[in-house]
Formats: sequence, C-alpha cells, structure tokens
Amino acid sequence: MIYWEIFLAFFIPGILGYGGGPASIPLVENEVVNRYEWMTTQEFSEVLALGNSLPGPIATKMAGYIGYAEGGWLGAGVALFATVAPSLILMVALLSLLLKYKDSPRVKKMSSLVRPTIAVLLGVMTWGFFADSIEASGGIQTAVLAIISFILMEKMKVHPALVIAGALIYGAVFLGG
Amino acid sequence: MKKKNNQADLFMAFFRAGIFGFGGGPASITLVHKEVVKTYKWMNDEEFSDVLALGNAMPGPIATKMAGYIGYRVGGIAGLLNAIAATIIPTVAAMILLLTTLNAYRDVGWVNGMSQAVIPVVGVMLGVLTWDFIKKSSSALGWLITGVLLAASLLLLEWLGVHPAILIASILAYALLFGHKGKARRKRRGETL
Repeated sequence: MIYWEIFLAFFIPGILGYGGGPASIPLVENEVVNRYEWMTTQEFSEVLALGNSLPGPIATKMAGYIGYAEGGWLGAGVALFATVAPSLILMVALLSLLLKYKDSPRVKKMSSLVRPTIAVLLGVMTWGFFADSIEASGGIQTAVLAIISFILMEKMKVHPALVIAGALIYGAVFLGG
Repeated sequence: MKKKNNQADLFMAFFRAGIFGFGGGPASITLVHKEVVKTYKWMNDEEFSDVLALGNAMPGPIATKMAGYIGYRVGGIAGLLNAIAATIIPTVAAMILLLTTLNAYRDVGWVNGMSQAVIPVVGVMLGVLTWDFIKKSSSALGWLITGVLLAASLLLLEWLGVHPAILIASILAYALLFGHKGKARRKRRGETL
C-alpha cells in the first residue's frame, strides 16, 4: 500500500529528526533511497539541491515533492501530514506542560546528546554529495564549485539562493556538453 | 487587534516567513520572529524564545511546529491550519512545479549540467550545517564527549549498519531516564517524567 509506505517514510524522520527540518533530511534519504528505493542517491541529491534553491522549510518541500512523485496529489498530502502532524500535535499538547520543565536537565540532555549523531548523519550525507559530484563532473569541477561557493556563502555572506542560481547558470554553460 | 482580521494576518505572517526564508525552516525562524513579535505583537520576545527553545527540544521540522503552535494560540484550530497552510503550501507547490518541469527536460544537456553543478554547492551547505552541529554539541557537552559520541555514531551507523531511527530513539530514551545527573538519580529511578 503506497500511501501507508509514504506515511511511514516521512513519519519516522518527522518524529526522530532533532534540530529542525534540515537535520531530518538524512533520515528521509535513508527511507526514500535505502528502504523503499523510490529514488537513487543521485536523484535524491538533485531534488534536495533544487529544494534548497527554493525558499521555505526544506522538510516539507521534500515531503511534498517525493509524496507527489510516488503517489500523486494524495501522496503529497499524506507525506506532508506525516511530516508535520505528529511533532505539531506533540508541541500543542505538551507545550504548557513543558514550559514548566524547560530548564529540566532531561529535556536539555535529549537534544544535546542526540546532536553528535545528527552531525554524523549530516557528515556522511555531505560526503555522499561530494562523491556523487566527483563521479558526475570530475574532481576539478567539484573542487572549484565547492571552494567558490564556500567562499561566497560563508566568507562573503552572499545569499545561498544567489549562489545556487549562479551554479545553475555555470552548469548550463560549462557542464552541459 | 480585531478578531476577524486575525486569520488574514496569520496567513500573511507565515506566508511571508515561508517564501522569504531561504535555507530551510531554521533559517526562516528570524523572519517568523519579526512577524510574530515586531509586526503583529502576538507574543513578546521572552515568550517567543521560550516557545522556540521548547520547539527545538522536540523532534520534527521547527518551522511547522512554530507556525502551528502560534497559529493555535492566536486563532484556535482554524489558526493552526491556516498558519501551517501558509508556511508549506506555496513552497511545496513551487517545488512540484519546478521539478516536474525539469524532469521533462532531464535529457537536455544544459539542464543536466545545471543539476550537476548544484550538487557540490549543496554539499558545502550540508558540510557547514554538519560543522555547526559539531560546534554546538561541543559547547554543550565538551570536546571529549562529543568526540566519543561522534566516533560511536559513525561506527554504529556506517560500519555496523544500525538504522538511524533505532540509534536516535535509544539516545533519547537514555537521556529521558538518566538525563538528570547527581544525587537525585537513585531516588528518582523508575519514576516516569
């Protein structure tokens, strides 16, 4: 049952992704690429790249598109619901209770202990992106694009959307052949 | 503020935060803050940062948790649905439109070049995010514990093939059970939160 699979694929990252939507992306990749094999790593990274070039929360853009690709508009709805609803229901239901415990060491420990694991997931995914890029465009192109975009975004504080737009133009002109 | 305008205000507040927020949900939180605290004054700074801190302590995307909760406080269930719709629908629609268009031209050389060139840029973004997480955990836990946890996670996830969901759930359970250090440990063991 495709809708049930779509629900599960986004429900699990939604309830386990600590640190906001971007932190849950490696979990989404694990479900979509490794478990259900709806996409290859290459396809997933293209979707993620384009998702990052558009504004708005990344988790819902990924869920909406992948849900749509696998199950049409209903699939998109199911994936969005699975991404948004569980954590939101928790938030609305528990917030008044949690406001009392906001300095509780347990609540603080939960997010601080889970952070290194998320860092590893993100790091492995970063490595996967560079490996894909080296395979598709070669080491030199990959290094040039990575270094230039790092300098632009991190040192010169150019808006990421502009850097992605620049990379799209560069790719259309120099990598199209 | 008149009540009947609240739903329209809610929609505009989260619509703007959604379509001007590049870099995912966490990046749009400053925009949400501007709308909620400065423009519409639904909350003061302190309330907002409490809600944000607790939102961050819970799993899931932060943008939709904030939108849903603030929408609920301002306009009840209708407000919740309204704020969520304003946050996600415009950008999801743009995403589906863009990707289905691009997929139709996948075999054209220059379109293919575009998607190749953008991969290392996203690699850099993810790398920066990774480093950010490592820095934050070392300031909360110290370099030693962070290093041990990083190495252990890498080992479990990459070489032993443990599912990330299982690893994360175990860490959360550990924090919930043993996250209160010190004298109280023995006395409160077995007690539920």
